[in-house]
Amino acid sequence: MAAQTRIYRQRIRSVQATKKITRAMELIAASRVVKARKRVEESTPYALALTRACSAVATNSNTDHPLTTERVDPKRAAVLICTSDRGLAGAYSVNAIKKAAELIERLNNEGKEVVAYLVGRKAVSYYRFRRRDFAKEWTGFTDGPDFEVAKEIGDELTAQFIAGSEEGGVDEVHIVYTRFVSMVTQEPQVVRLLPLEVVEGEIDTDGDGKPDSGPLPLYEFEPSADEVLDALLPKYVTARIYNALLQSAASELAARQRAMKSATDNAEDLIKTYTRLANQARQAEITQEISEIVGGASALADAS
Amino acid sequence: MSLNVEIVAPDRKVWSGEAKQLSARTVEGEIGILPGHSPMLAVLGNGEVHIDPVDGKRSTITIDGGFISVDKDQVRLVAERVDATALTA
Repeated sequence: MAAQTRIYRQRIRSVQATKKITRAMELIAASRVVKARKRVEESTPYALALTRACSAVATNSNTDHPLTTERVDPKRAAVLICTSDRGLAGAYSVNAIKKAAELIERLNNEGKEVVAYLVGRKAVSYYRFRRRDFAKEWTGFTDGPDFEVAKEIGDELTAQFIAGSEEGGVDEVHIVYTRFVSMVTQEPQVVRLLPLEVVEGEIDTDGDGKPDSGPLPLYEFEPSADEVLDALLPKYVTARIYNALLQSAASELAARQRAMKSATDNAEDLIKTYTRLANQARQAEITQEISEIVGGASALADAS
Repeated sequence: MSLNVEIVAPDRKVWSGEAKQLSARTVEGEIGILPGHSPMLAVLGNGEVHIDPVDGKRSTITIDGGFISVDKDQVRLVAERVDATALTA
């Protein structure tokens, strides 16, 4: 009987230790998610300035840029999948990978060959374990990506797109990331990055869903509209990727915070249950001892 | 009249404020911008940009890979790398 109580006590101690860890992780994630959200916000002025400039040029120039032209018969598509480096974030990475799997199936049905580009160790190990091929991986930064990485990814994908499927590149670039909606909701999202769709003329800089009033001014371009577009579009692609990475980072931390919160709550429940069981076992032990003593005493009395 | 200048980097808004004039180097050559400049969008070369804030003395910042847009005295200077320690310090 004493053994039973000891086992319960042991379990309580082990759950308490786990609870301390999950609690610490929850607090860390909570403080970092604030920072990650701030970084998303801080990157918007750049993205807005670029969007504004791109649509200004697109409105003023009639030539089709290679980055905005739809390919006639797309054969290969690149998919960039953004996941996390570390686990313990609930279903965060799995959701992104699932969404990517849906997209890949759809592309395959359309007769396109898919080339995977992976961000985050979780996606890499998913692909390695299943012995699937992927073109390139970037890891080690998912909870705080910096612009340099986004630039590297952007340059690689743009180069592949420019090359086209005939020369071993791709005809389309898709990106799967997790959009940060709120602290409780994060949505995996699919966006087609290339060929770009630049909205002409109308832009919505204040984010109220309505375009700003008034037409764009007639800009003078230096050196020329086409050359300005040449310089801007790759930057635009990079800014989009950077934004996707930042949103993914914020989503990852929010998902981790929530997962760790429910782990902590679970641990508390477990401790409660085990404490009850341990008390019951202790009480049973005492009752048993008393009845043994009483039984022994009456046996002695009967004997004499 | 003064220029309303915004300097933007990918991860932050570096500086914004009023300036009397500004000069930068585009891929074609040096340009100076004064209040009342016609709308313009230019690709900038890597190098220095000089700014004369309304209050304060002339500062020089270094940028890398960017462009500038001018529209009704609203100037946006956007670059991938900005070193504006002279301006913000």
